[in-house]
Amino acid sequence: MEHRDDIGSKLGMWVFIFTEILLFGGLFLVYAVMRSNYSTEFHQAAHHLNTFIGAINTVVLLISSATVAMSITAVQKGDNRRAVIFLLITLICAGIFLINKYFEWGHKIHIGLYPRSNLMVTLNHGSVMFFSLYFFMTGLHMFHLVVGAIILTVIMIKVHRRTINAGRYVLLENGGLYWHLVDMIWIFLFPLLYLLT
Amino acid sequence: MIEANLHNSAPSYLSDTGKHKGLMAWLTTTDHKRIGLMYMYAIMVFFIVGVLLGELMRLELFFPGQQFYGPQTYNGFFTIHGIIMIFTVVIPGLAVVFGNIIMPIMIGAKDVAFPRLNLFSFYLYILGATIALSSQFMGSGPPDTGWTFYAPYSIQTHTNVVAAVFGAFVLGFSSILTGLNFIVTIHRLKAPGMTFFKMPLFPWSLYATAWIQVLATPIVGITLLMIIAERWLRIGFFDPSLGGDPILYQHLFWIYSHPAVYIMILPAMGVITEIIPTFTQRKIFGYRAIALSSLAIASVGYFVWAHHMFTSGMSITARWVFSLLTFLVAIPSAVKVFNWVTTMYRGSIDVKPPFLFALGFIFLFMIGGLSGLVQGSLATNIHVHDTSFVVAHFHYIVFGGVGFAFFAAIHYWYPKIYGRMYNYKRANAAFIFLFTGFNLLYFPQFVIGMMGMPRRYFDFLPQFTLGHQISFFGGIILLIGLIIMFMNLFNRKGIKASANPWGGKTLEWTIPSPPPAENFEIMPVMGENEEPYDYK
Repeated sequence: MEHRDDIGSKLGMWVFIFTEILLFGGLFLVYAVMRSNYSTEFHQAAHHLNTFIGAINTVVLLISSATVAMSITAVQKGDNRRAVIFLLITLICAGIFLINKYFEWGHKIHIGLYPRSNLMVTLNHGSVMFFSLYFFMTGLHMFHLVVGAIILTVIMIKVHRRTINAGRYVLLENGGLYWHLVDMIWIFLFPLLYLLT
Repeated sequence: MIEANLHNSAPSYLSDTGKHKGLMAWLTTTDHKRIGLMYMYAIMVFFIVGVLLGELMRLELFFPGQQFYGPQTYNGFFTIHGIIMIFTVVIPGLAVVFGNIIMPIMIGAKDVAFPRLNLFSFYLYILGATIALSSQFMGSGPPDTGWTFYAPYSIQTHTNVVAAVFGAFVLGFSSILTGLNFIVTIHRLKAPGMTFFKMPLFPWSLYATAWIQVLATPIVGITLLMIIAERWLRIGFFDPSLGGDPILYQHLFWIYSHPAVYIMILPAMGVITEIIPTFTQRKIFGYRAIALSSLAIASVGYFVWAHHMFTSGMSITARWVFSLLTFLVAIPSAVKVFNWVTTMYRGSIDVKPPFLFALGFIFLFMIGGLSGLVQGSLATNIHVHDTSFVVAHFHYIVFGGVGFAFFAAIHYWYPKIYGRMYNYKRANAAFIFLFTGFNLLYFPQFVIGMMGMPRRYFDFLPQFTLGHQISFFGGIILLIGLIIMFMNLFNRKGIKASANPWGGKTLEWTIPSPPPAENFEIMPVMGENEEPYDYK
């Protein structure tokens, strides 16, 4: 007989999410200390971030979280076809997010704002710290987003093949939880980096 | 029910039954007992390497001045000695070995909650250890920062710090996944009727440990990544010349690395709590107090980290708060010691090797703990900070505590794991050598530390010579003890062990030795009036 414990699997996922929050928590702590050390410089440097793209990405991620939640409901109702569509929308949102980030980072790199660049070494410590934190935090978030997208792709294939179905969908739920985490971290990154000017 | 499990004739976990045979059967196993054994062998190899590095350092310190090798080599030795001993030996230590082999059986489970994740953790452990050790042979020379990787030196040194740091990061990830696995296992797979307060105390200590692993390790993970980013990208998080804050690094590092001490010591306390009732045939005294003190140590221990930084520059308020919390964490630790001693009172004590090692643990742990209070108080801390007093203190905790508890555990569960007994006389002789050697090795360090011998120094003033020489001979005696112990344990020709050679009451003694692959034929159930330590 196969051992199966859906509650256990979800508990495991929640514990894993705690660790992820603490991983980013360390970064938020560094951000807080540096913000208090260099409040003026952070204030000015934040003007260089593109709030418009940031806002669009926030909306995109919120939509993607909603569609993941909808795909779970669809599977619970036995409608796997619709669940696949919702997951596809989620993945497209992830793609849009990455494309926006590509342009955002690309622009910064184009004007010479990246670690070790000739421009960066001439800036004051506070600005360098801000842009370093910007790249480090959004970079680590992007890494998590890509991992989440890969997980959701695998899950989508399983939904399509009906190995995930109305009687057995804990993997989809866990994938959804992870995706919400990716979303939630962005919800904190966006105001801290873009809006506090 | 008990009878059926006792006479279960299914083949033991040591014989291959799956589709693979031999080495492949071990490398692809998801059996918690096999994974635990693989961890044990790996840890033993790293431990021996670490011990030899330690002995080499003692050899250099036999006389003042340079004897055999230079200061840079010495710095490399204490760095890799620390990295090996901390990250690959004592942090995983008892939890991954006996937590894997014994804990699921103790709570009446067939395996951990996520067996494949368990194997994955093991491979991450091996990968992380390999990366950390590769720092010795690749790049621009062995790291010389000490195992703490303090900024800004870890950013400026030209040695191969990145490999060591990244190895520690991967080892941390392995530790997180093990903790996660144990939390879910203990929540979900306890035998029916076994509530949290009917669970044996070794699983209790592992439960507290697992929460620290999960909640503290990510902080050091991100900190180590920041060190790598600083070295590669010249981001100045911690480097003051780039506007960073080195004290911030120390905070982030110790937020993990102090709780890590409790990751090491809590399972050790759990082992001692199992051994003492068995060899005194007494019900454990203060079951609830011991269980809850594990949680208390885990939660208070999370908030004492800055006592490593009293001399680094902190506000007075921060210093006395952290000092107070440090004293508070001594209380639950002492609660355990009092409970162990009280359990022995009027018991029928049977001094077999595991019990002897457990006594050794209590003695050494008490010296380690009390000397910790000397450093926890603000004034004396300034005096002994960064002296060999500190070295003696944490070796009493980590080696005298965790190490001796590990030896106690291996002597306690050896018959269960291998189905054979070992030679008691040799085990006792090993204990006497280890105990004597240990005290000769580390006690003089307290004394010369008080006199002002700094830690991590390659050279020293002539007045410390005698202390270092006693330490050297202690190290040799300790090494002899280790050799006797390992030879005794490796010689697997002892008489066959019965299912319950010590008269233990926990569930692992209700199944054959060595256990069958599935542990239980009939899943155990805990009755309404049953208790975990039902001795007289």
